[in-house]
Amino acid sequence: MLNSRLRSIIRKEFIQILRDPRTLAISLFIPIMQLFLLGYAATSDVRNIPMAVWDQNRTPASRALLDAFRAADYFRIAYDVGSEAELRTLIEMGRARVGLLIPADYDLRFLDGTAQVAMVLDGSDPTVGSTALSAAQLIGQAHATRILNERMQRAGATFSLQPPLEVRTQVWYNPDLVSAYFMIPGVIGMILYAITSMLTATAIVRERERGTIEQLIVTPIRSWELMVGKILPYVILALLDTLEVLAIGHWWFGVPVRGSLALLLALSGLLLLSGLGIGLYASTIANTQQEAMLISWMTLLPGIFLSGFFFPLEAMPKVLQWVSYAIPLRYYLIIIRAILLKGVGAAAIQNEIIALAVFGVAIMGAAALHFRKRLD
Amino acid sequence: MDTNWPIRVSDLHKSFGAIHAVDGISLRVAAGEIFGLVGSDGAGKTTTLRLLVGALWPDAGEIAIAGYDMSRQAEQARAHLGYLSQRFSLYEDLTVLENIRFFAEVRGLSTGEWLPRSMEILDFVGLAEFKDRRAGQLSGGMKQKLGLATALVHRPRILLLDEPTTGVDPVTRQDFWQLIIRLLNPDAEDGVAVVISTPYMDEAARCNRIGFMRAGRFLLEGPPSALCATLEGRILELRGQPLRLLRRIAGQDEDVEDARAFGDRLHLRVREKRMKAVLRRLPRRIRAGGGSLDDLRQVPPTLEDVFIDLSEDVL
Ligand SMILES: Nc1ncnc2c1ncn2[C@@H]1O[C@H](COP(=O)(O)OP(=O)(O)O)[C@@H](O)[C@H]1O
Ligand SMILES: [Mg+2]
Repeated sequence: MLNSRLRSIIRKEFIQILRDPRTLAISLFIPIMQLFLLGYAATSDVRNIPMAVWDQNRTPASRALLDAFRAADYFRIAYDVGSEAELRTLIEMGRARVGLLIPADYDLRFLDGTAQVAMVLDGSDPTVGSTALSAAQLIGQAHATRILNERMQRAGATFSLQPPLEVRTQVWYNPDLVSAYFMIPGVIGMILYAITSMLTATAIVRERERGTIEQLIVTPIRSWELMVGKILPYVILALLDTLEVLAIGHWWFGVPVRGSLALLLALSGLLLLSGLGIGLYASTIANTQQEAMLISWMTLLPGIFLSGFFFPLEAMPKVLQWVSYAIPLRYYLIIIRAILLKGVGAAAIQNEIIALAVFGVAIMGAAALHFRKRLD
Repeated sequence: MDTNWPIRVSDLHKSFGAIHAVDGISLRVAAGEIFGLVGSDGAGKTTTLRLLVGALWPDAGEIAIAGYDMSRQAEQARAHLGYLSQRFSLYEDLTVLENIRFFAEVRGLSTGEWLPRSMEILDFVGLAEFKDRRAGQLSGGMKQKLGLATALVHRPRILLLDEPTTGVDPVTRQDFWQLIIRLLNPDAEDGVAVVISTPYMDEAARCNRIGFMRAGRFLLEGPPSALCATLEGRILELRGQPLRLLRRIAGQDEDVEDARAFGDRLHLRVREKRMKAVLRRLPRRIRAGGGSLDDLRQVPPTLEDVFIDLSEDVL
């Protein structure tokens, strides 16, 4: 299959990749950077929310409440302040996201059951805000129930107070709800889809931009050989990237690999078809590398947003959910999360596999038909 | 198949929007012959050559290269084609040898063949000692030689060169022409057919045949000697001081169509059959006008004279 012309193109392309530190850095380093950025920074786990406390009571009772907050790792008591103004400043500056006010008569009113504490929330980040709110309510309720029970026991009651209903949740596949588990498969999908597509688009357009295409045209290289020869090196780079990200994801972030690695790599090849097809198509329209970057990025970006990479598909408006069916990355993300986290086999995801294959062949086919070994 | 004419082109047309870059070019070039596409910037030389190699698709017209129809059998034709584009189009990040190797291999030279052949051709163009240098670090003239070497590595029967000497120093220009002439070998059966484009008349004069191009057409076509013959007996060479005054006086003569500086002398184009009259009265008028005349005599016309004549006809 690899004829000598194809081999020469591939060898030439590799020499050029190795001599171009920028491309090499983009292809090997950016994925790792993305992985760490998205694995850590963009995580939507809400933990250790900094809290400022104005405890006007300062009694064992108020300290017990604070201990209850400390025990849950949602909050970190970062500041102990002496006035409301001080608390307000800390929240305005963003040093603290939550403020807790314990009134001076807390322990007294505690006895007659009318104790109240006030919670001030920074609502500018709704995720943090809503998590903090519900966490605080839960902590408060649990604390109240426990104290009530203690008191009844002391009063000689033989039964303990139980809420009439309790919802017990059990999370499968990602029991700690670590968002890295959700993100890392996404990053792999994005690398395969976006980075390779941009690299191929620019690699092909570079020939046009630097004029080298004119000399290529005059050789007996067939159009498909030029296409395959330019693409193949980036396919290899992309698969290296996939393994690289997967390895870091597994050994650093602890993402499980429950399903078949071979199946995952095979299906990654299917996603590559779509990504490379988009890159190839962009290269047939663009005249400069910047244009190629821009065109492929404009095509890819909405797709990445609608693929379920950042937001769960179910949380999107119905219309956008429909649009997302036209985005190959959507199917791949379902596939890779299913294989890595649930360990499923091909049968469980066959619809997604078919959809991915259809898109890959269609996009690649359209781009290949549009690809001409000519200047006009 | 007519392989006696390695290059056959008939009635070629190519437009870019409203611009007719090539507007009815027909052309035949024989083996061992150099055909010159001569014209200034924008005449349509590059577009013509790009059509010949199949880099552009013609609007109309037929092209046969080595007997193959470019619209249907381009890849077969390209096996016999060497092309040096106007803009340097090799890989600047590859070395000299890597560039030649790449273009040799994609043209089907095997692993055993390409190295001796590449070294031979690098020797031929004088780049052997720079074989490991990156192409981007070569001088302009060396880049052109590398381009030529690359175009020649598969021993093409047809060689197309687009302004190979533009922007190259005069010594390298001479070298370059020596190389082309050595290549040609017009006596052998398998001589190369060359089409070269140039804006320079001295280079045009070295071609076997030339076509003067303007606005996508040939204004005139033929061997340089035949083209010059059309102005036979109509060119005077004038030397004297000061040149600007002499030019004005000569230009005012009723039988002088054109007076133009050629280095330190003037060339005058005279109306047909008026040579004697001009030779008689011009020295008198120059002296009367206060100029000094060193020499005035009839000379054989150069291609430049022909080109100037043509340009005025059209304008
Ligand atoms: N790709 C192109 N798009 C639009 N116009 C072009 C293109 N290539 C050439 N032209 C125009 O065609 C004419 C002939 O150009 P060209 O063949 O490059 O002339 P030359 O090589 O003799 O300088 C010029 O007017 C030029 O502007
Ligand atoms: Mg040109």
